[in-house]
Amino acid sequence: MSEQAKKVELIECPIVLNYNFSAGRAPTQFLRGMKQGKLIGQRSPLTGKVIAPPRGACPESGLPTTEEVPLPDTATVITFTIVHLPIPTSALEPPFIVANLVLDGSDQTFIHLVSGCANEDVKIGMRVKAKWKDQSEWDYSMDNIAYFEPTGEPPVDIEALKASRLEEAKRFLKAKAETK
Amino acid sequence: MAQAGSEHAADDVLRASFDVGYTYQRLVGPVIGEFLTGLRDGKMQGIKGSNGKVICPPTEYDPVTAEECSEFVALPSTGTVKTWNWVNQPRPNHLLKKPFAWALVQIDGADTSLLHMVDAGSEAAMKTGMKVKVRWAAERKGFITDIECFEPA
Amino acid sequence: MREVAIIAYAQTPLVRDCGAKNDVELVMEVVNAVKHQVGFTNQDLDFFCSGSCDYLGGSAFAFVNALDALGAVPPINESHVEMDAAWALYEAWLKIQTGHANTALVYGFGKCSQGDLPDVLTLQLDPYYTQPLWPDSISLAALQARALLDAGKITEEDMARVVQKSRRNAKSKPGTQLKGDYTIEQLLAEPKLVSPLRKHDCPPVTDGASAVILATREVAEKFHKRNAYITGIDHRIEAHQLGSRNLIDSMSTRIAGEAAGVAKGKVDIAELHTPFSYQELLVKQALGLGDDTVINASGGPLAGNIMMSAGLSNFGEVAMRIIKGEANRGVAHATSGPCLQQNLVAVLEGK
Repeated sequence: MSEQAKKVELIECPIVLNYNFSAGRAPTQFLRGMKQGKLIGQRSPLTGKVIAPPRGACPESGLPTTEEVPLPDTATVITFTIVHLPIPTSALEPPFIVANLVLDGSDQTFIHLVSGCANEDVKIGMRVKAKWKDQSEWDYSMDNIAYFEPTGEPPVDIEALKASRLEEAKRFLKAKAETK
Repeated sequence: MAQAGSEHAADDVLRASFDVGYTYQRLVGPVIGEFLTGLRDGKMQGIKGSNGKVICPPTEYDPVTAEECSEFVALPSTGTVKTWNWVNQPRPNHLLKKPFAWALVQIDGADTSLLHMVDAGSEAAMKTGMKVKVRWAAERKGFITDIECFEPA
Repeated sequence: MREVAIIAYAQTPLVRDCGAKNDVELVMEVVNAVKHQVGFTNQDLDFFCSGSCDYLGGSAFAFVNALDALGAVPPINESHVEMDAAWALYEAWLKIQTGHANTALVYGFGKCSQGDLPDVLTLQLDPYYTQPLWPDSISLAALQARALLDAGKITEEDMARVVQKSRRNAKSKPGTQLKGDYTIEQLLAEPKLVSPLRKHDCPPVTDGASAVILATREVAEKFHKRNAYITGIDHRIEAHQLGSRNLIDSMSTRIAGEAAGVAKGKVDIAELHTPFSYQELLVKQALGLGDDTVINASGGPLAGNIMMSAGLSNFGEVAMRIIKGEANRGVAHATSGPCLQQNLVAVLEGK
């Protein structure tokens, strides 16, 4: 009764659209590597820096990255945060750690989970290694890695890491110029 | 959410099907709210615009003068088709699952038109200038689909 | 008013599905091409502006991701609009008018193959009365076509002639999607898709990107002996409610055309962003163009329609023909919204 007398104030307007996403050339190459349990970055022809996972362009120059660079599955924690809110559709139980990591041999960070230790023990500069899921679960996805866990090595100085990566990029460019 | 990529044998492309969904709720305000309340009660209404114009479906402002509208007018649930089309193959999202017409229907007494569907049965039954009437939905909730569609009058 | 010219233009080949190319890779092609045409690096560009829509491909932040294609390190002065990139060009043109820039790179892109475009476009409609009914873009265009036929302003033969011309012109331009020779009889024999429209009256779904570079006179003179200058530009929008609009006369195009000064001289060429065949007739009339104006020599959007960049491409098409000496004065037009709701008109002249 009172329902009928009430004026309409709110309407439900759900919207669902279906898409068929196709990965670009560079992400496709990376994801094919993931399916094989390999991490393969791509190098910028201008700066010599290695990007993983690659999106097709060197973000500094806009030039296509084409040279593939196989990378180990060890990384350094550049920054991180402890998440206390549950993520819908995720099996993760808060609190859990989301981190910005840089794979050894690459120059751009990516986001993944860090686990296998107490949240309080995670530090900037911590050395970590990928914990892969069982091979039977592997697909064309970053999800093949469940999370990264500490290796136990001493933490790394981030500024020193950045400096050595810059040196590496310069060395690469110099070597490239010399072979011409 | 996203399923992981599946191989497309024919070309070197990884594809993944996924749905993007939003569970929007919208506050309608007093003007749209009044119109939708009327629809829920099986009543058609227009709103007075500038210079004696009657606007249906009601808008908060006259689209020509930008004057604020507030005075509602009771209207019949019949109207005239001002223009139409014919959908031979309804798309998955369309609410009518058989061939139907879209039409701009000028409700009797109004000066603007309402966009809705006409269940005319066949393209031959559609004509600009024809009279149509509302087919009210059996269960109404205060939504534009309280008008299930129009049908030839 | 500062004189602004279009000095470079590039467009990807127009294809139904660009396959394994993401937004970044599509944009890279055209951005690098226009920079290469004039030997520019980011240091030479004062402003970057783009047009696109995340809902085309369904990927969030597609716009921002595409910045990878520009090389935004060190940071660049950038803006973007959820519109056809022709409006991004308008913003860039304004930026140059204010004196805050002398050069600008404008680009647009759309990977429509990933979604169902006619349904995606319903999201731009009134969310209370209209969108919940899911009236797709083709159905809405059909309503306008019917109104024009009823009013005796066009005939189905007129529409077929537009399609015939588009398919024929598209043959001479590389990278067009739909081309060929057709007779009016062949076209009219096709069944209706959404009456009164036949499939060929509607634009194809196209993946692609395009880009232009704008420059002031001082810069432009270094590149071409004869440059294509924007001598007038304006855009107008009509009411949101379809039922409040006059669908048989494109008033917004008419007013924008007058404000841009279309009638001030002979119009040799016009590239009109009229994705449905009947719309070319309506826009031609609204702009007051005569039969001596060559319309859509490129084939137009019926030959390939990059959502969010087709309007920008029109600027490039007109500019390049002026630079090559094929025309002296031209009109570039862009549209947005259902049934030509919003229209941008510009006049380009060779000097």
